Amino acid sequence: METVTLTIKKQPDLRLEAEKITPDAFAGKSAAEIADLPVFEGRETAKLGTYFDVAGKGGATAAETKIVIKGDASRVKYIGMKMTAGEVLIEGSADMYAGAWMEGGKLVVKGDVDAFAGTGMKGGIFEIGGNAGNYLGAAYRGDWRGMQGGTIRVKGNAGSDIGYFMNGGTIIVEGDADVHVATHAEGGTIIIKGNGKSKIGGQMVKGDIYVFGTIDVMMPGFVYRKDVDLEVDGTRATFALYEGDMGERHGKRKGEVIYGKIYQKY
Amino acid sequence: MAKIVTDVVCPFCGTLCDDLEVKVTDDDKQILEVYNACVIGTEKFLHSQAKDRLKVPMKQDEEGNWSEVSINEAVEYTAQMLAKAKKPLMYGWSSTNCEAQSIGGEIAELCGAVVDNTATVCHGTTLIAVQDVGVPSCTLGEVKNRADRIIFWGCNPAHAHPRHMSRYSIFPRGFFTGKGHKARKMIVVDPRTTDTAKMADIHMQLEQGRDYELLSALRVALRGAPLPEKVAGIPRETIIDAAETLKSGRFVVIFFGMGVTQSLSKNHNIDIAIMLTKDLNEHTKAAIMPMRGHYNVTGSGEVLGWQFGYPFSVDLSRGFARYNPGDSSSNDLLRRDEVDAVFVLGSDPGAHFPISSVKKIANLPSVCVDPHYTPTTAVCKLHMPVAFVGVEVGGCTYRMDAVPIHARKVVDAPEGMLTDEEFLKMVLKRIKEIKGVA
Repeated sequence: METVTLTIKKQPDLRLEAEKITPDAFAGKSAAEIADLPVFEGRETAKLGTYFDVAGKGGATAAETKIVIKGDASRVKYIGMKMTAGEVLIEGSADMYAGAWMEGGKLVVKGDVDAFAGTGMKGGIFEIGGNAGNYLGAAYRGDWRGMQGGTIRVKGNAGSDIGYFMNGGTIIVEGDADVHVATHAEGGTIIIKGNGKSKIGGQMVKGDIYVFGTIDVMMPGFVYRKDVDLEVDGTRATFALYEGDMGERHGKRKGEVIYGKIYQKY
Repeated sequence: MAKIVTDVVCPFCGTLCDDLEVKVTDDDKQILEVYNACVIGTEKFLHSQAKDRLKVPMKQDEEGNWSEVSINEAVEYTAQMLAKAKKPLMYGWSSTNCEAQSIGGEIAELCGAVVDNTATVCHGTTLIAVQDVGVPSCTLGEVKNRADRIIFWGCNPAHAHPRHMSRYSIFPRGFFTGKGHKARKMIVVDPRTTDTAKMADIHMQLEQGRDYELLSALRVALRGAPLPEKVAGIPRETIIDAAETLKSGRFVVIFFGMGVTQSLSKNHNIDIAIMLTKDLNEHTKAAIMPMRGHYNVTGSGEVLGWQFGYPFSVDLSRGFARYNPGDSSSNDLLRRDEVDAVFVLGSDPGAHFPISSVKKIANLPSVCVDPHYTPTTAVCKLHMPVAFVGVEVGGCTYRMDAVPIHARKVVDAPEGMLTDEEFLKMVLKRIKEIKGVA
């Protein structure tokens, strides 16, 4: 596997839009060719090399390319957008839309990510060492297909609206999550190891939510069914199972109504 | 002698009352009296007559001293600022006519600007929800003639839209609502006992920020599923009673305001309120409508819609239209230092944005086009005074139900005063020269 190292040398005055920072765009390119890729600051088009020192070269394919970003990339948007394979390692933080519409490969951010990370994600592994912003693994505005596949793991806390319109994949938040988890979800799994807030599973049609800590206020549309023993992300425990949202439409399978499920750990 | 101008449209709120009569002097120079309007509307007309009205552009130097400049200098400064910026923000548009809005959109496209209107801090969340789940709506005429169940959720029309209840929603006798308010049931959902709430048949005084739960509970009640004893501080029986009241109506209309659009849950509140409306349509006829504030904020959304496909927060910096409130919305852009120039027309962010955003505007090259002195004109580098739309110049405006109504000119503007449209056309012409496009 070939490694391309990007070291930030100039911070943008505004914010940088760099959707070309993906193994797919870097594959088969030399350092000079990579430095020549376009990035955008407001309405001005610049070259990646204006903002980053580029070392190494891309592998023959995306799967054989690893990108390491050094320095503070917290003003760089769209890193790893639509990546299909390979690896991206961000040693600091990243701005909005990290891993948006990601389809495969591995994206690791050691610091924080801002909002809309993993928007409409379809596959791959996305790890966030710090905190995630709002709309993690959510749908893009107006789209009814949020996260559809892959795994997002957040070591810190997550903002509001995680898994909005989610219909597949897994989001694991090891810290706390803000309001609105899996609103409008039609599938997928969200595990919150810390505390949840209110409005969890609102308008949920299908899918599973596991909350290890507290829930401020349970949505009125969720009904307690029974206690279940489960192993969730390496933890064996007893969970209270709630089904809902009773105010929402639900499909049937083999004559049985399918509900969204919230499991709360005792 | 004085004369009366009839069928005048009020340029204050989204109700856009079109039955005003204004007494003006024979020479069309001065307004003497305003009839039929609410106090706020009356004041809007009379304020155009203020003796201390600013008539020439004022520019602020680096030390903060203001001095008069010519109109040409004002056009030059505005054009240079917009043409040079990497990502200018063009905000406002809600207190002007659609003609000016469309020229603004043209400038924004040419300069790669972000163009945003006041919906961003009021009903933008409504527009997000409408894009997510659609909207069953109607016109205010239908409300007057048919509606017998009215909900005011998180809004206080008694103060914010003073003639809404008397012209359309509660009191009028319509074609099928001959008994007026006697045949209408009024439900108000508000944590405060407002003057609107005092008139209600059912006032659900819910806990602050629990609108989403209460709306969800109403949907659960409509489906006959079990409910907890209390939701948002409202007893189960009251919720079921409210659901039954709605179901028993011939035509339900939900009006909602910033109490739900800008409190916790924001777009989700509207999303689930629209879903409640949809559910109600399985039992009776139901519609939902936002209580739009500025008289032409709806028009700004319509104009941006036909120009760029999105109703607010349109980012044109990359040469194509992008829209993602949270990223391309004014306060997020200012907070995150993503814009390097600010142009304001037909709005007052200085009074309505968080102080952190206003400070950002104060530190950037900025222009405010406004007939009044406002908190925004105080922080902007250039204040360009213009004629009052709806008083001194007519034009197309949209009512809160998206019905276009042509505003009338009542009096002449002071001599030499430009309209928004004329000023924007001069700026557009100059920008084209700077950029070398024909």
